[in-house]
This record gives sequence, structure tokens and C-alpha cells, in this order.
Amino acid sequence: MKRLEAYLSRHAQTLIGSLGRLARQPFATFLTMAVVAAALALPLLLDVVLVNARAATLGWNQAFDLSVYLDKKTGEDRRQALVRDLQARPDVAAVRLITADQALAAFRAASGFGKALDALTDNPLPDTLIVTPSLAASTPEGTAALRAAIAALPNVETAQLDTDWVKRLLAILEVLRRVVQVSAALLGAAVVLVVGNTIRLDVASRRAEIEVMKLVGATDGFARRPFLYGGLWYGLGGGLLALAVVGLATHLLAAPVARLAIAYGSPFRLQGLGLRPAGEALLLAVAASWLGSWLAATHHIRAIDPT
Amino acid sequence: MADTPILALEGLSKRYRRDRPPIFENLRLALGRGDYVAVMGESGVGKSTLLNLLSGLDRPDAGHVLLDGVDITRLDDDAATRLRRRAVGFVFQAFHVLPYLSVAGNVALPLDLLGVTGPQRAQRTADMLAAVGLADAAGRLARELSGGEVQRVAIARALVHRPRLVLADEPTGNLDPRNAAQILGLLRDQVKAHAGAGLLITHSRAAAETADRILVLEADGLHPPAGGR
Ligand SMILES: Nc1ncnc2c1ncn2[C@@H]1O[C@H](COP(=O)(O)OP(=O)(O)OP(=O)(O)O)[C@@H](O)[C@H]1O
Ligand SMILES: [Mg+2]
Repeated sequence: MKRLEAYLSRHAQTLIGSLGRLARQPFATFLTMAVVAAALALPLLLDVVLVNARAATLGWNQAFDLSVYLDKKTGEDRRQALVRDLQARPDVAAVRLITADQALAAFRAASGFGKALDALTDNPLPDTLIVTPSLAASTPEGTAALRAAIAALPNVETAQLDTDWVKRLLAILEVLRRVVQVSAALLGAAVVLVVGNTIRLDVASRRAEIEVMKLVGATDGFARRPFLYGGLWYGLGGGLLALAVVGLATHLLAAPVARLAIAYGSPFRLQGLGLRPAGEALLLAVAASWLGSWLAATHHIRAIDPT
Repeated sequence: MADTPILALEGLSKRYRRDRPPIFENLRLALGRGDYVAVMGESGVGKSTLLNLLSGLDRPDAGHVLLDGVDITRLDDDAATRLRRRAVGFVFQAFHVLPYLSVAGNVALPLDLLGVTGPQRAQRTADMLAAVGLADAAGRLARELSGGEVQRVAIARALVHRPRLVLADEPTGNLDPRNAAQILGLLRDQVKAHAGAGLLITHSRAAAETADRILVLEADGLHPPAGGR
């Protein structure tokens, strides 16, 4: 028990001692932490973008409507019957009819081609039903099944589930996710190298001290310990700095994004970095930094021959 | 096994370069409890090299070094280091005192490495500083000390953890005769007080004579001096 206490208190002393040493060189310490933070902030920001883009498209996907185009022979009675039948389906939330005349009028107003359209003897636009699936049916399978059922109805020319652009967006997001992973790995390696290099310089500047410690009976592991704690602090400081930068960036972006969303009538609001990814990023920073200091300290301390 | 020697050398040989003759060959020596030996020899004959082998800082090309029966030449680096910090007190020829550490901090280093903390650490350090006449200098930085004072710090550090074997490489080279005599007396007392063994390297005949016996290191072994004793 006594031994354990002594062991822990020695570790605590080294831990505090290494922090004190860093505090005595605030500029150099800050510089190293800033480099670590910069390396981490980039994938973290990308991750925030990714998470938000996914959240946004998830909303679009659920509110996705089917456009059902009717053929030209569909009469008024048949149109009303179709609306009634579809509304009665459990997998349908709402049905809205846009007649060919309404569509043309809307197009006329929106396009400004008023006069040119008057030249048309015939309305080329079809009657359209906008079908909103029920919440329960708002899955890729649910909407696909609904589309197939509607397409088989008489007088329905096509039922279109226009998910192509969503698919494309999701594919882009998937690429982005890979980019985040690869850049996180590369920048994690950069953290290992940056901290390793800093620790290499630390070891070189304390060479005489390490020689004496070795002569008096310090094992390499003992001599290494303060440098490992130094690496721990670099990782922790750099990680916290990166989280602060990402927090500030999302804070600054939240208001403009909200204004934009409101302008489009969307309930979407920017999400900050979650607690879990933040914790993981911090852990990664500390682990990469610790690994860098371990590699550098182990190698360069072993190379010091005290005799 | 009641009288396992504290230090035993068996056929110890060392060479630094293949294209040169060995520094020395086939050294034998045994030191028991309370033995205190002086080793003299020309500059460059290998006295410091010998101490490095005895303390496990360097490895011989042949032969064995037994510390309390444990062959330090067969241990890996970490194990040899652990044995050295527990069993050996070393006064280095170049002192190797840390300039930016306090006098007390320097002296307490072996205790720190051995995990001696609290009042025991403070007491042992204070006692040792008093014994070498540096009680008033405990808080000063080692870099502010004179050469002679640094030497006392080195000696205090070598003795503070009461090692079984004390190795001293020219410990009084920088001291005036009166202080040298005092320090040599202290070294001898410590070796005798804790029933350990001591090996003193010196160029000075007067210093050597504070030991129980004198040996001269030559390339072919450790010999009694030509002039007797
Ligand atoms: N690491 C080394 N590599 C190569 N040669 C060395 C090394 N250390 C010492 N030597 C050589 O070995 C010989 C013995 O050196 P050592 O330091 O043991 O001598 P010494 O007897 O202690 O001398 P002094 O009385 O001057 O201190 C010298 O010729 C020295 O140049
Ligand atoms: Mg020498």
C-alpha cells in the first residue's frame, strides 16, 4: 500500500513537474499546441459540415412527395375518384391536385412567357397529383412500394419518385465522410510527427540532465516519463484548443444558417459538435500526441550513452 | 554462502577497439564486508573504464562482475541500472552534478530514484549534507558552488542511499589537503559504518593510504604496489 502510494505520488509529481516545465516556456508550448489544434480542427470542422448535411437531407428525404402524372383522357370525375382513393390509403398522408390549367397559369406567372404561351392551342401540361406518403411509409422501401402501386392504377401515366438528386447528394456526403476519415488519419499522423519532433528537441536540450539521471541509476523508462507527460499535455492542450476553434466557428455560423433556413421555411438549425465526437477527438489528440512523444523519447533517450 | 563477497571480479577484460590491444585483461579482485581498497595507475590505463564495468555502465569483453553474488554483466540494461541504483554509490571523475538543481535536490536524486519520500528522504539528505559540510548550502543551485563544493555534493549523492559498494573516481582532485583528508575520512567511515565495500581511485599516494590496501592497475592485472604495503 505504501509502495503504491509512493509510486502514485511520484507519477503525480512528474505530471505536475512536466506541466510546470511547459508553463515556463509559454510561447513554444503554445506553438506546439496550436499546430496540434490546427491539425485537429480541420477534420472536426469537416465532420460538423457532414453531420449537418446529413441531418438536412434526412429531413428532405422524409418529406418527400411523389409526383403522379395523369394521362390526357382523365376526366374530372375520374380525377376526383383518384384523389379519394389515394387519400383512403393508409400509406398516404395527403393528396393535392394540380390541374393542367393551374399548372399552366402558375408557369405563366413564374416564367413571364405570358404572350408566347397564348400561342399554344393546346395545354401540353398534364394533370398532376402530389402525393405525400404517411410518416410510416416514408422509408425508401415504403415510398418505392407506394410508387409501384400508384403507377399500376388506370389513367396514371407515370408516378415519379424523384430521388436521383438525393441519391447523388448522399453519394457526395459519403465521399466527404471518407475525406474526413482520411484527413483525420493523415492529420493524426502529423500530430504524431509534430509532437515527436518537439519532444526530440526537448530531449536534446536536456541531454546533460538525462545523462546524469542514467548514471545515478534512472532506467530509460524513468527518464522517459516526464517527456511522455509532456506529450500528454501537448495533446490535451491542442485538443481543447481545436474544440474551442470548432465551437467558435459553429457558434458564428449558427445565426446565418438559421436565417437561411427560415427563409426557405425549413426547421433546420445548425448542430454543433456533439459531446461524443468531441470526446473522441480529444482522445485521439491525446493518443496521437502521446504516441509521438513515446516514439521520440524512447528512441532518443536510448541513444544517449552516459559513459 | 555466509561470506559472499560484496564485489568479485573474475577474469575481467575490456577492449574498446578490435585493432588495439585490450585496455586490461583477466582482472581478479574480491571485496568483502568493510573492505576499502585504493586503486592507482597511470593516466589512461583504464581506471575509469574499470569503474564503469563494475557499476554496469559498460560491458566487459570477457569475465564477470558479481555484486552480492549477482552477475551484473549478464543483466539487461534496465536490470543492471536497477541494481546499480540500489547497490552502488558512484562519485564520478567529472562529478555529473545537475547545475540547475539545488544542492539538496542533487543529493536526494538516488533516494528519488529508489522511491524514498517524505521525512525519510528529508532526514537522510539533511544528515548527508551535514556530513559533507554543506548543511547551509542545501537550497543553493549547484551551479553557484565552487569546484570543491561540487565535489562534496557528488560525494554526498554517492552515499545518501547507503549503498553496499562505493566507487569513487578521483573524489578529492579539486580539494586542498585539509578538505581532502576530511572527505576521504568521511568516505572511509561510511564504507565501514554500513559494512559495505569501497573502491577509491586516486593519483595521490596520500589519498590512497586512507584505504586498507593499495592496488595498481596495469594492462595485465591489479598488482600490489612495487614499494610494498
Ligand atoms: N568510450 C571509449 N571509447 C574508446 N576509447 C575509450 C573510451 N573510454 C576510454 N577510452 C580509452 O581507454 C583508455 C582508458 O581510459 P580511462 O578513462 O579508463 O583511463 P583512466 O585510467 O581513468 O585515466 P585518468 O587517470 O586520466 O582518468 C584511454 O586510452 C581512453 O582513451
Ligand atoms: Mg579516469
